[in-house]
Amino acid sequence: MTDLAIIGAGPAGLSAAIEARRHGLDVLLLDENAAPGGRIWQAIERRTAKDKDDTAAQATVAEFRACGARATFGATVWCIEPDGSVFWSAGGKAEVARAKQVLVATGATERPLPVPGWTLPGVMTAGAAQILLKTSGLVPQGRVWLAGQGPLLLLYAVQALAAGGRLAGVIDLGAAGAQRRALSHLGGALRAPDYLRRGLMWRRKVAKGGVPWIRGRDLRAEGDGRLARIRFTDVHGERTEAADMLLLHDGVMPSVQITRALGCAHRWNTAQRSWAPQTDAWGRTSVANVVVAGDGGGIGGAQAAAISGRIAALGIAATLGRIDDAARDAAASGLWREQAKHLAVRPFLDALFAPLVPAPADDAIVCRCEEITAGRVREAVSLGCLGANQLKAFTRAGMGPCQGRMCSATVCEVIADARGVAVETVEPYRLRFPTKPLTLGELASLHDG
Amino acid sequence: MDRAVVIGGGLHGLSTALHLARMGWTVTVLERRHVGRHSSGINAGGVRRLGRDVREIALSQIAYEMWHDIVGLVGDDCAFIPSGQVKVAESAADMDKLAAREAEVRALGWTHEELIGREEVRRLLPAIAPHVIGALICRGDGAANPMRTVMAFRRAALEAGAELVEGVAVNAIRRTPSGLAVDTDRGSYEATRVANCAGAWAVHIAHQVGDAITCGVKASMMMVTERLPRFVEPTVGATARPLSFKQTESGTVVIGGGRQGRCDVETETAVVDFRNLAGGARTVTDLFPSVRDVRIVRTWCGIEAKTPDEIPVIGESPSCPGLIHAFGYSGHGFQLAPAAGAAVAELMARGATNLPVAAFAPERLITRVAA
Repeated sequence: MTDLAIIGAGPAGLSAAIEARRHGLDVLLLDENAAPGGRIWQAIERRTAKDKDDTAAQATVAEFRACGARATFGATVWCIEPDGSVFWSAGGKAEVARAKQVLVATGATERPLPVPGWTLPGVMTAGAAQILLKTSGLVPQGRVWLAGQGPLLLLYAVQALAAGGRLAGVIDLGAAGAQRRALSHLGGALRAPDYLRRGLMWRRKVAKGGVPWIRGRDLRAEGDGRLARIRFTDVHGERTEAADMLLLHDGVMPSVQITRALGCAHRWNTAQRSWAPQTDAWGRTSVANVVVAGDGGGIGGAQAAAISGRIAALGIAATLGRIDDAARDAAASGLWREQAKHLAVRPFLDALFAPLVPAPADDAIVCRCEEITAGRVREAVSLGCLGANQLKAFTRAGMGPCQGRMCSATVCEVIADARGVAVETVEPYRLRFPTKPLTLGELASLHDG
Repeated sequence: MDRAVVIGGGLHGLSTALHLARMGWTVTVLERRHVGRHSSGINAGGVRRLGRDVREIALSQIAYEMWHDIVGLVGDDCAFIPSGQVKVAESAADMDKLAAREAEVRALGWTHEELIGREEVRRLLPAIAPHVIGALICRGDGAANPMRTVMAFRRAALEAGAELVEGVAVNAIRRTPSGLAVDTDRGSYEATRVANCAGAWAVHIAHQVGDAITCGVKASMMMVTERLPRFVEPTVGATARPLSFKQTESGTVVIGGGRQGRCDVETETAVVDFRNLAGGARTVTDLFPSVRDVRIVRTWCGIEAKTPDEIPVIGESPSCPGLIHAFGYSGHGFQLAPAAGAAVAELMARGATNLPVAAFAPERLITRVAA
C-alpha cells in the first residue's frame, strides 16, 4: 500500500509531493494532463520563463521531477473510496491503487456565467481560451470580446495581447460599488503588495494595447447557429457589436467533485459565494484519511496553494508517524506566516470581484448537457421543486455527461432566487463517482486485473 | 370519516394514495425527504413479468394490463415502451435453464414467457454478441422512465385530491379511541387507516407497532451512459450473471441487474462498489462488444427493502389493526406499483381485496419470540 496518493499536479500537489518525500513517504501522484503544472503552471516546462513567478514554478517542477515520487500523467482519477482506493484510467485501461492517505489537490473550476446565447459556438470561457494559449499558442482571431470579471480575465487579455492577439474590448460586468467596497480591505491587501502591483500593471497593459474597457450589463450572445454579435447595455444605453468570439469569466470556485462524492462535509464561503470542503489547519476533511490542499479547499491562488500543499504533507507525515507533532509544528510555523501574507489580499479581491449573482434570463440555458433554460427551472420551482436533486426529476437538468459540474452553482442560485431563500440553504446536486467520464471498456478492464 | 395517511412518497405510496383518493378518501402522504428520493425515482424502470417469482405472476399480469393503459390511469405515458424483455442464454446450460423455466410457467397456465432460438434473438438484438444461442422473451413487457413515472403518479394523486407533505419524518403510530394517530417531527396526523409504504425504512415502522417482521435491505447498483444512436429495443438480461440493459428514449443506456453496492439505512446513503460494478461492465462488453468505448456518465444505487423470500409484504398489521404494510418489493416492485397500490387501497378502504396479494401477507415473516 502506498503511503500517500496525490490527485493533481498543480502547485499544491507538486509541493505536497516534494515535502512528503523529504519525510520519506512513498508517494504516488496522478494527474490527467501530460505534464506537471496543473492549470496555472500548464506546460511550464516547455515555456520560456517570462517573470520570477515562472522561474519559481519551473524550479518547483524540476524539484518535483527529482524528488522520487512516482507520477502517472494522462491519468484521469474517477473514483476514491473511503478505504483509500484510488481509481483512474490511463490509456484506455482502469487501474486502482490503495493509499493510507489521499490528498485531493484538484484546484479550481471556472464559475459559469450563463448569459443568453452562451452555448453558441464561438462563446467559451476565458479559462479554456487560456489553456489553448498556454498549451498550443492559440491566439483567437477576428473580433474577440472578453466579458465578466476577475483576475483571470485581465490576465488572459494581457497574455493574448503579448502573444500578438487582438481584442475588440473587455465588457466589465462587475457590480457597481464593488471597487468602493474593496477599498475597505485595502489594508490587508497591502500586506501582499505584489498582487496589487501586478493587477494595476495588467490594467495598464490592456489600456496601452488600445483595448476598450466598457462597464456593461445585460449581456447577450446572438447568432444563427454560431456567435455573430453581442448585445449589452452600457452607460449610453443598449449596444450591439459584431463578434466572432466571446470569452466569458466570473472568477473561479473550488473544484469539489471528489470531496462531494466522498461525502466530506462542506461549508459555504459567503465572500467567494461557493462551497468548499470543511478542513482543519492541516487540510484534513471530515472523511478519515482524506486531505485537501490548494484552491480546492478555498480560493487562495497559486502561491498560497503551494504552501498549503507543504502544510498538508507535514500533517500527513505526522499522521503516518514519520515525524512527531513538535517537528511538524516547527516546520509549519514559517509556512503559516507566509501563507497568511498571501491570503491577506483575498478579502480585497473577493470584494473587488464579488461573484455576479446569476439571474439568467428565462431563455438562457443553465444546464448545457440537457439544454434546460432558467425559465424551466423557475417553472419547476413553481410546481414545488425545492432543490437541485429534485430538479433532475422535474427537468433532467444535471443529468447529462457533466453530472452537473457546469450548472450546479447556477441552478442553485436560480432555485434560491425563485424560492426567496439564501442560496446556501438549497441542496446542491449529489455528486457521484465516477467524477470524470469513464468508458464501459475501461471499467470492464478492472474486472480482469 | 374516511381519512387515510400513507407513509412514504415513493411510487407505491403514491399509487396507493391515488387509488384511495379516487375512492373518495381523504388522503395525506407523508414523505420524509422528497417524492422519489430513494429507489422509486432511480430504479431501472423495468416493466417486467419475465422471470418473476411464480407467486407474483398473477399480480404482475394485472399490473401489465394497467401499464398498457397507463395514460388512462395517471394521464401520462410515463415513457413506457412495450419493446419486450429478453433474457439471453450464453451457453447450453443457460438454454436448459430457460427451457425449464418456460415449462414451469406454462404448467401454471401462463403463456407470456416464450423460448426463442438463435435467429430470433439476432433479429431482435442485432448488436448482441455471437455466442448468444437463444433467449426467453416476454414480448409485451418493456420499460418506463422511473422518475417520470413517479412524477406522473404524484401529479395524478394530487389531482385526485390527495395531500402531499414532504420533509416530514414519522416517529410512531399510535392507536387512539377513534382510530390511529401518526406522530411526526411536525405534529400528529389522525387517520382511520394508515399505509406503511416506507420502503427500506418500513420495517422500523412495523417494529415500532410490534410486528417483528424480518426484512433486510438491498442497494442495487446502476449506471447510465452518454446518449447513443438507437441500437437496442428490448430490455436485455442474462441467465447466469446479473444484468439489465436497456436504451432509454433519450438514447442513454441504463445498466443494472442487481449487483450490490454498500448502503447504510441509518444515514440513508448508498455507495457504488466499483470493483463489483466492473463485473457488470464486463458482462455488458461481453454481450454488446460495440459499447466498449461508450462513456459512463453516472452511477448510483438506491436503497430498498429486501425480504428473506424476495416477495413483498402486503397486508394488514397483526398488531395494529388499520395499518396496512406494503413494502419489501426486493428489487422488482416498479412494474407492480399500479396494481399493488390498488390492492393496498382496497385493503384500507374495504378491509379486503380480490386482487391476488394473499401470498404476501406479513405473517409469514413474523418470528414469534418466546416470552
